[in-house]
Amino acid sequence: MDTLDIARWQFGITTVYHFLFVPITIGMSVLVAGLQTAWVRTGKEHYLKATKFWGKLFLINFAIGVVTGIVQEFQFGMNWSDYSRFVGDVFGAPLAIEGLLAFFLESTFLGLWIFGWDRLPKKVHLATIWAAAIGTLLSAYFILAANSWMQHPVGYTMNEQTGRAELTSIWQLLTNSTTLVTFPHTITACFLTGGAVLMAVSAWHLKRRNQMDVFRPSLKLGAWVVLIAGVGVLITGDQQARIMTEQQPMKMAAAEALYQDSQPASFSIFTIGSLNGEEELYSVRIPSLLSFLATGTFDGEVEGIDNLQAEYEQKYGPGEYAPSIPVTYWSFRLMMGFGIATMAVALLALWAMRRGRTPTNRWLWLAVILSFGGPLAANSFGWIFTEMGRQPWTVFGLFKTSESVSPSVSTGEAATSLITLTVLYGVLAVVEAGLFLKYARAGAPEIPPSDSDSSDEDRPLAFAY
Amino acid sequence: MELTTVWFALIALLWAGYFLLEGFDFGVGILLPVLGRDNRERRLLINTIGPVWDGNEVWLIVAGGATFAAFPEWYATLFSGFYLPLLLILAALIIRGVAFEYRGKRDDDRWRRRWDLCIIAGSWIPAVLWGVAFGNIVRGVRLDADHEYVGGFFDLLNPYALVGGLTTLALFTLHGAVFLALKTDGEIRERAGRLAARLIGPAVVVAAGFLLWTAIAHHDVAGWILMAAAAVSLLAAIPAIRARREGWAFLATAATLVLAVFALFVTLFPNVMPSSIADANSLTVTNASASPYTLKVMTWVAVGCTPFVLLYQSWTYWVFRKRLSVEKIPA
Repeated sequence: MDTLDIARWQFGITTVYHFLFVPITIGMSVLVAGLQTAWVRTGKEHYLKATKFWGKLFLINFAIGVVTGIVQEFQFGMNWSDYSRFVGDVFGAPLAIEGLLAFFLESTFLGLWIFGWDRLPKKVHLATIWAAAIGTLLSAYFILAANSWMQHPVGYTMNEQTGRAELTSIWQLLTNSTTLVTFPHTITACFLTGGAVLMAVSAWHLKRRNQMDVFRPSLKLGAWVVLIAGVGVLITGDQQARIMTEQQPMKMAAAEALYQDSQPASFSIFTIGSLNGEEELYSVRIPSLLSFLATGTFDGEVEGIDNLQAEYEQKYGPGEYAPSIPVTYWSFRLMMGFGIATMAVALLALWAMRRGRTPTNRWLWLAVILSFGGPLAANSFGWIFTEMGRQPWTVFGLFKTSESVSPSVSTGEAATSLITLTVLYGVLAVVEAGLFLKYARAGAPEIPPSDSDSSDEDRPLAFAY
Repeated sequence: MELTTVWFALIALLWAGYFLLEGFDFGVGILLPVLGRDNRERRLLINTIGPVWDGNEVWLIVAGGATFAAFPEWYATLFSGFYLPLLLILAALIIRGVAFEYRGKRDDDRWRRRWDLCIIAGSWIPAVLWGVAFGNIVRGVRLDADHEYVGGFFDLLNPYALVGGLTTLALFTLHGAVFLALKTDGEIRERAGRLAARLIGPAVVVAAGFLLWTAIAHHDVAGWILMAAAAVSLLAAIPAIRARREGWAFLATAATLVLAVFALFVTLFPNVMPSSIADANSLTVTNASASPYTLKVMTWVAVGCTPFVLLYQSWTYWVFRKRLSVEKIPA
């Protein structure tokens, strides 16, 4: 392995890991804010219990999301300095705006929320969690705008003298058609993830008939969020596929391992054959579906890998322009499969709980509890698909991954970094999973009798470290 | 004023804010085993920075992001050049941040002791390494004609930079002690005050040594004035600490850090990363900067956002302005 390979592995590992926590943070911050709003408006105690319970799980998850986020910003410069030199003028701006506009908001108001129970007036305290939630959404927008620019560069010009990209319109960058479909796709997926957390953890308790007053509404809320957000993910994913076919046709062809131009093109649910999909022994196919995904009509033409490769060689010079087909083919299917499976479980759970019923079938409960992992897997495969599918480019059509790596970093240094971070992340995963389970099992806290009229002078700190 | 100068100044401001704010966070972490004699006391210490440490750390994230946007060449050279120190800082900040959040989540002494170690190591490492990093930036490092760092890891551990590391360590620790004297009540406040009085001597010696060394190596009048001002404000902390005027003492150590960061940046200007191989290889505000358009956009964003950030961060400090005492920490 050379520095490039190591840097790619590090980016893959740290990014997928970071993005296990991000969607839970985004999805749950809004759900917790919603539950707390319900408590402030109705005064019903079970909403307060739910807020505190889900709030704690949210914070356990948030801690890792924050600290692994710092690595994301630093590693562009550390491992990808030539990329940073090439794109800094364009790519740095949304990153800096993200920090200034979103991270300050998120971290400051979350600090206020954690320590502000009893300190702040009820409504002000409620506003702090909403401010933090808005911070997470803003942060998603700017980082996705930065990523979308790598998928589909707009609003820039190439500086002939320096050979670097320069920003010409921040407006075009922020309203990139890719951003406008990627943001809703990602955010709905985040809500789906947050909903699945509520659904799965509540199921664990309902199966044992624990605290039904808290977990029954939580499970229903979670399942509805999964379903509604899931429909959103499907609709936005469909729009995204069409935009992708327009902007990165190679990625769409790679998603289906489609070598020859086809009209109409079928979609294979799965294939048995050679790994790169060139030879096929057996496959289950839905006729015309790929045409529909790619173009919106059932007889649209979808370009194949071979033709695109020839086209790109003419345009960009000799080279390999197809991504790793096994990775793109399978990650695309696993993304959709895990997402849809989670939705199916949510539907099943809602149906089983209709009109006050509490199901007893243990397989059903097991499915609902395990659905926790569904969106996490779907999110990971989604990113693996979209980032691996862009290869060999870091910035599509402009700059290759092989040109992006830091020339001054030795293989040894890069390996040290990869090993350090991987081991550290591994340990943290075990610790966080342990804590998450501990607090998930503990159930909702008992709320001490109302003490809202006593002064806060002598009271112990709420939610203190 | 040129926008490149504006952004150089803004980045200096972000670092100054970072040192001022996370400086005392690091100090609190370093002093955890010294001032926190039992679990309740340690909990108290951590809770003094509990609501704010994460917001304080964002100053670093924004400093990094602003450098990326405004001076991409500087960002690329600095982060790839100072590779291993930055990796250490990252690892330290990771374990430290998680430790704050997780330490109290299990009622188990071994569990807490482990996280305490993470907080202590996670505060020491960056407190030293930021000084080493800034020492090297001011001193100049081996940059070739492509602005790539061609020195090794051990080149970064030169005497001047190490004195820089000692300086940040000493100043952050002192700043943390003063902060704790300001934010706590009861016996622990007394101890923090006494500790600050003992720490200030070594801090003055180390910081004066570093600033003198810098002043002799770089003939820059504005830099000299700022260094003198930093020295004066550090000396001003002595009577304030002795007189138990904790607010004034904190103001003095805070001003020391801010003025020292400004002094280093003014000394650097117009370089952002001088090359020790050849002047022509140095990165400057001009050859490292982003395009005028990007700088203009970023200036508007900074002008629009910064007042709000300052406002709500100050509000947080206002909300949690009360002194904490051991009695308020649940046993």
